Amino acid sequence: MREFRYEKAIDPAGAVALLTGEPEGAYLGGGTNLVDLMRLGVATPDVLVDVRQLTSTEVEDLPDGGLRIGAAVPNADLAAEPRVRERYPLLAQALLAGASGQLRNRATTGGNLLQRTRCTYFTDTTMPCNKRDAGSGCGAVEGLHRNLAVLGATHEGPTSPHTCIATHPSDMVVALRALDASVRVLGADGERTVPIAELHRLPGDDPARDTTLAHGELITAIDVPALPWATRSRYRKVRDRASYAFALVSVAAALDLDGSTVRDVRIALGGVAHKPWRATVAEDALRGGPATEAAFAAAAEAELAAAAPLADNAFKVPMATNMITRTLVQLAEARA
Amino acid sequence: MTATTERAVGSDVRRIDGPAKVRGLAPYAYEHEVDGSAVFVALVQSTVAKGRITSIDVSAAQAVPGVLAVLTHEDAPRLGDVAEELLVLQSDRVQYAGQPVAVVVAETSEVARDAVGRVVVRYDAQRPDVDLRADRDDLYPPEKLMGGFETDSVIGDVDAALAAAPVSVDVTYETPNEHNNPIEMHATVARWDGDVLRMWDANQGPHNLVPVITEAFGITADQLHITSPYVGGAFGSKAFTHVHQLIAGMAAKVTGRTVKVELTRQQMFSLVGHRTPTIQRLRLGALPDGTMTAISHEVVEHTSQNAEFAEQTATATRLMYAAPARRTTHRLAKLDVPAPTIMRAPGEAPGMYALESAVDELAEALGMDPVELRLRNEPERDPERDVPWSTRNLVACLRQGAERFGWADRDPRPGVRADGRWLVGTGVAASTYPTRRRPSQARIEAVPGKPFVVSIDASDIGTGAWTALTQIAADALGVPMDDVDLRIGDSRLPKASGAGGSTGITSWGPAIIAAAQELRDREVPPGGLTVTGSSGPGDEAEQYSSHAFGAHFAEVRVDRDSGEVRVPRMTAVFAAGRIINPTTARSQFLGGMTMGLSMALHEEAVLDATHGHYANHDLAEYHVATNADVGEVDISWVDEVDELHNPLGAKGIGEVGIVGSAAAIGNAYAHATGRRVRDLPLTPDKFFR
Ligand SMILES: Cc1cc2nc3c(=O)[nH]c(=O)nc-3n(C[C@H](O)[C@H](O)[C@H](O)COP(=O)(O)OP(=O)(O)OC[C@H]3O[C@@H](n4cnc5c(N)ncnc54)[C@H](O)[C@@H]3O)c2cc1C
Ligand code: SF4
Repeated sequence: MREFRYEKAIDPAGAVALLTGEPEGAYLGGGTNLVDLMRLGVATPDVLVDVRQLTSTEVEDLPDGGLRIGAAVPNADLAAEPRVRERYPLLAQALLAGASGQLRNRATTGGNLLQRTRCTYFTDTTMPCNKRDAGSGCGAVEGLHRNLAVLGATHEGPTSPHTCIATHPSDMVVALRALDASVRVLGADGERTVPIAELHRLPGDDPARDTTLAHGELITAIDVPALPWATRSRYRKVRDRASYAFALVSVAAALDLDGSTVRDVRIALGGVAHKPWRATVAEDALRGGPATEAAFAAAAEAELAAAAPLADNAFKVPMATNMITRTLVQLAEARA
Repeated sequence: MTATTERAVGSDVRRIDGPAKVRGLAPYAYEHEVDGSAVFVALVQSTVAKGRITSIDVSAAQAVPGVLAVLTHEDAPRLGDVAEELLVLQSDRVQYAGQPVAVVVAETSEVARDAVGRVVVRYDAQRPDVDLRADRDDLYPPEKLMGGFETDSVIGDVDAALAAAPVSVDVTYETPNEHNNPIEMHATVARWDGDVLRMWDANQGPHNLVPVITEAFGITADQLHITSPYVGGAFGSKAFTHVHQLIAGMAAKVTGRTVKVELTRQQMFSLVGHRTPTIQRLRLGALPDGTMTAISHEVVEHTSQNAEFAEQTATATRLMYAAPARRTTHRLAKLDVPAPTIMRAPGEAPGMYALESAVDELAEALGMDPVELRLRNEPERDPERDVPWSTRNLVACLRQGAERFGWADRDPRPGVRADGRWLVGTGVAASTYPTRRRPSQARIEAVPGKPFVVSIDASDIGTGAWTALTQIAADALGVPMDDVDLRIGDSRLPKASGAGGSTGITSWGPAIIAAAQELRDREVPPGGLTVTGSSGPGDEAEQYSSHAFGAHFAEVRVDRDSGEVRVPRMTAVFAAGRIINPTTARSQFLGGMTMGLSMALHEEAVLDATHGHYANHDLAEYHVATNADVGEVDISWVDEVDELHNPLGAKGIGEVGIVGSAAAIGNAYAHATGRRVRDLPLTPDKFFR
């Protein structure tokens, strides 16, 4: 573990200025991911800029009926927030499906967005990993990858500097992806808004980068736009044990029906890709069509047609197909 | 004969160590010597699994302020003639991933960890071989199995009997590498007081460590003092000496300071052993009425380059059911892995998973109820040793369990019940665990007007031994429990066996009773009186076959969309001799059953074929059951007192709870889904094969 300095700023702009001048520094939220990675030697910041008391811990109403969630809102508080539970059940359910009570008390919204993969080669500094140590290869493709990506991964063999089949582990972010949230970011040049679709990236040929944020950019809040029909939504997480495990596959979905026709639908998947995976193929196939189990299953299969699994994670393809189908069936039934 | 007055024994006494534990007043190993005098050890571990160290550069680590010493194989103290797996820092050879190759001692644990990252080790590495397969051409029979059991056993012409059997099954089961994960990580505090090595250590019995540590450091037993009154779980991983204890002694010697070593959770995956994976071929033959005619159980498992650990996986098969033709075999593959060790019910837990699953498959092939099939094949005497049982009440366990669980109206057809999207099934399996006693001595000091001081180097690893032994002593002395001042967990106390093999109560209890009897025949003079007693295995071991038995029933639900498995209820009935304390006994059974559920559904340490390390070496990735995984658990026992075995009439209860529980769940899974998964654990992915 590297020795580090601990800093606090007076305001968000001060934090940005501080970190922008520290190329090896990092923001500290609840620390539930970052501190673990520091203890393991995976993250080696020389300065920590604590932003938990700088960014907002409030959930505010937006004029359109949406919500603005301060970056420092604890996961536990966000899950319990009445407006979240009412307007976006899938978001509250996703938060409650994550980690444990103690961790949710400590973890922040901003930190949750930027938590890093749980790939065991990433968290072990003695192993090859392109994400941690660019160009060192990928230990997972020929090793333990049962819970890694089946969609959008880069697989050019274990020694290629591009290979990475990591998944993004957050549950919350899957719900936010289905809701088309956007992330408010403060940088040295001022504020900008990043659609959540553009925050996380696929590994492409640069697996070391999880997101499109530049060094020093601070997440200040997340805006969730109004989506009145999201009151009929669900988050379903499949995991290895009944509680306290990362998703093998998860589905965040909302369904808007016009009689027995799908007027609109949102589907995002967790546990299958380097970023929360919006199932646009399935959504397009369903919109305007019948809300039947057969149609849901066909759309799910179409979405997963692009999957390129390895031997040990091939189960995720039928699992994800089933979970999309079942979640939509449940939502359709719930409406009736 | 019984020496007890039966007042405290059998009553529901709460743990006497409970209040101290919940208040944080019960000191665990690492919590000794907190006056600031101690220095800290951190380990540099090999990043390769096989090869030689070509160079180690410790200069940068040594230069870190606060670093007191960096030990490597080039300069570490030489150890005596101990087992190869314990020869830490003695040569340039690397035999498993994670092997300690250097040790840093520093004023703070932070500095020690920092310096670890600055040690540069170069290796001449080879690709490790960690692949256990039944078709390897280098499998070999060990000379003996652990516990002194014969490697193979054959009675009759098994192949002919199998060929002639009207109904038979031929199935292969696999169990994975599993790791003990007690809450308390392995820890040792060590200091040399002149030529006396003083240790505070987390173990399953200080006397277990004495032979190895004295040999390693060339000292006599008088020069070693190990204290371990409280231990935060062990399950076998703290039974034997491991390298960290020797490292503590070496580091203390080199620095002349009190040193603290605590393994990290990750380090526990390579440094304190694991349960070997197994591949088990089961062949059973039977007549159409269910009478078994042949039983064959062939086991393949692994051991390490630096140790021969031969787990007795099929020994329970030698006694469970009657059949004229029978065979068990054990073969080992020597792989580039850390040395395996014992884990709750070594042998029986994986072996009975396979046997009891195969019996279920035989019942299905016969179209017979699996409880009925077991009753049909109940042996009159131990079928291989040909001696009578001291007590055997498996039949009663099966019958009572079936009754409590509501087995009678079970539809035997697999894969036909559903509750919404859940596929629902039920399963049964039997359990057994040997009853043994080991040599132990106890001392009682009587001073008029004071509590009796009862001393024995017994060990409480969370089992309730503090309480149960106090109960036994109180009855043996004919006094209330408050008049007993028990002392355990110290190598300077009378030598006793370690906490392992479910032998604690049957070994320590009779020693205490023997000492108390010495006292009863004598007048206590005003100045006090000290008596000793001892006990150990007698003729009963030859004359009888002695085992605890049990029956497990489980309901399993499998989500037909996700493959997730839930166990909403388990029932178990045990026949485990006299129950000393129903509360602590229930905890032991419950803990065993939960660990069996965890084995069935979750636990698997994955060996990386390229690098030879356990890839999922932490509790985020190596899953053990959470509270949410455990449903309703119904535990009871039949009245049984086995005085043919020991004067308490007790049997061990620490391990029988895990044995068979995974099979009951696996059988229920097959009954729910109509498909057999023959390799544990039953994770959701396997539903999609
Ligand atoms: C045992 C365990 C189990 C878990 N299980 C789950 C699970 O099932 N599902 C799940 O979703 N999660 C799970 N988690 C992860 C948990 O949700 C995350 O650790 C947590 O959300 C991270 O939040 P934090 O505030 O502690 O982030 P930190 O650890 O403080 O930070 C994480 C990252 O975000 C950066 N950062 C923090 N705040 C900001 C900001 N405002 N702007 C820019 N960058 C910032 C940090 O620099 C760091 O890189 C688990 C964690 C553990 C330890
Ligand atoms: S999958 Fe990605 S994170 Fe995992 S080892 Fe490969 S490169 Fe590293």
